Amino acid sequence: MDATAVSRADIAASAPVKVVARGVDVYYGDKHALKDVSVAIPERSIMAFIGPSGCGKSTFLRCLNRMNDTISICRVTGSIVIDGADIYDTAVDPVELRSRVGMVFQKANPFPKSIFENVAYGPRIHALAATKADLDAIVESSLRKASLWDEVKDRLHDSGTGLSGGQQQRLCIARTIAINPSIILMDEPCSALDPIATARIEELMEELKQNYTIIIVTHSMQQAARVSQRTAFFHLGTLVEEGDTTSMFTNPREQKTQDYITGRFG
Amino acid sequence: MHEHIVKSYESELSLLDRKIGQMGGLAEQMLGEAFGALEQRNPERARAVVANDSSIDQLQRELEEQAVIMIARRQPMANDLRQIMAVLKVAGDLERIGDLSKNIGKRALAISGETHPKPLITGLRHMVELTSRGLKDVLDAFGARDAEKALRVWRDDEQVDALYNSLFRELLTYMMEDPRNIGLCTHLLFGAKNIERIGDHTTNIAETVHFLARGFAIADERPKGDKTSSTMIHKAD
Repeated sequence: MDATAVSRADIAASAPVKVVARGVDVYYGDKHALKDVSVAIPERSIMAFIGPSGCGKSTFLRCLNRMNDTISICRVTGSIVIDGADIYDTAVDPVELRSRVGMVFQKANPFPKSIFENVAYGPRIHALAATKADLDAIVESSLRKASLWDEVKDRLHDSGTGLSGGQQQRLCIARTIAINPSIILMDEPCSALDPIATARIEELMEELKQNYTIIIVTHSMQQAARVSQRTAFFHLGTLVEEGDTTSMFTNPREQKTQDYITGRFG
Repeated sequence: MHEHIVKSYESELSLLDRKIGQMGGLAEQMLGEAFGALEQRNPERARAVVANDSSIDQLQRELEEQAVIMIARRQPMANDLRQIMAVLKVAGDLERIGDLSKNIGKRALAISGETHPKPLITGLRHMVELTSRGLKDVLDAFGARDAEKALRVWRDDEQVDALYNSLFRELLTYMMEDPRNIGLCTHLLFGAKNIERIGDHTTNIAETVHFLARGFAIADERPKGDKTSSTMIHKAD
């Protein structure tokens, strides 16, 4: 084993593990979309999933909070353990699971309600606030954590959809944070944003990783290289390579990974 | 290795390699010519070597400029990133090899009127032969991304150091025998030191080739043979 392999193993072993997937297969009807994926995701860090369109990275991301349950022809086998419990166990309530594993989508999708209501909605339905003052406090702290408070504090009752694209995306992050998840899944959160708004989200992710485990699907290799500590490369439904981001982008083990990240796929 | 989807990126990367090839060819040629000028006491050849150095410098500037532009525009990753880092380093080493050869050329010019003691020139020639071979091999290793070949060059530099040590002692002895030799011998001594330094730059290139090909640095300690910094010769009474 060479020196790099040793250091990779060390990193994988040292951080406490938040999510462990073993032998995960996903089928959409007859289509075998994800094949035997096993990976461990360390807590309080950012992991990036990269790969060409249709490689299964979003499918795998959606397995982590059982979003695939909403697709009737979708079947998931294997095990995904979060905080020591298998999330596909029949006893698990997917709604409760999704409050622990929040999600932010490619296109910012605030409710057509006020900024305040967008953030207050989750805590209210999960009964996280006993009083109006509690709710105000949750809304404020969520907006602060999402680095949006200073920009919206004087217009909390304006519509969320009136914000700029980047602000809407941060509002969605605030909405996710409001119900106190420990994992945040992000599916291409910056692909519709300009570079400044993207930088703000990336800065925010950097702060959030102190308290949350973040898993991001991105088409931007540079974004994966900038923000993540670990990167997983998917291709044709398999996990080709997973490792610390630094090694992945300077000296990947697999030829396929190298071809993809350098733009040589062919 | 597959080609880049973006063809202009591919051709920029191969241009970097070609420029290293050009610089390397010039460096090899300068070293050979500088020693040829010294050996044959030919001031014309010596002047040509001195003049040639500016083309290596020019190539290095072009290469650095192109590498910076590529980093800004392409955001290179993995082996491409390592290639760009590698050519920057190798270009630096080749530029230094050019300088050192130029220095040998200048010394050749300075001592072209004097008779050279044959054994000393033979010693220098051996050093030049070994160093030139190392340089040629390491440039081939760079072109072929051949880490094994680079490692051999890296290890073989010890022989150059050994030759330098014995030449160093020999030159000191000559100087002690007859102070009239001091001028000539000092130039030859510095010439030998220049060649030894060229060997060191060649091992630097070998290390870079290893990193380029394998993605990590050579782990071993290089066998070092240059002991002249602590060598003393005492006059026998």
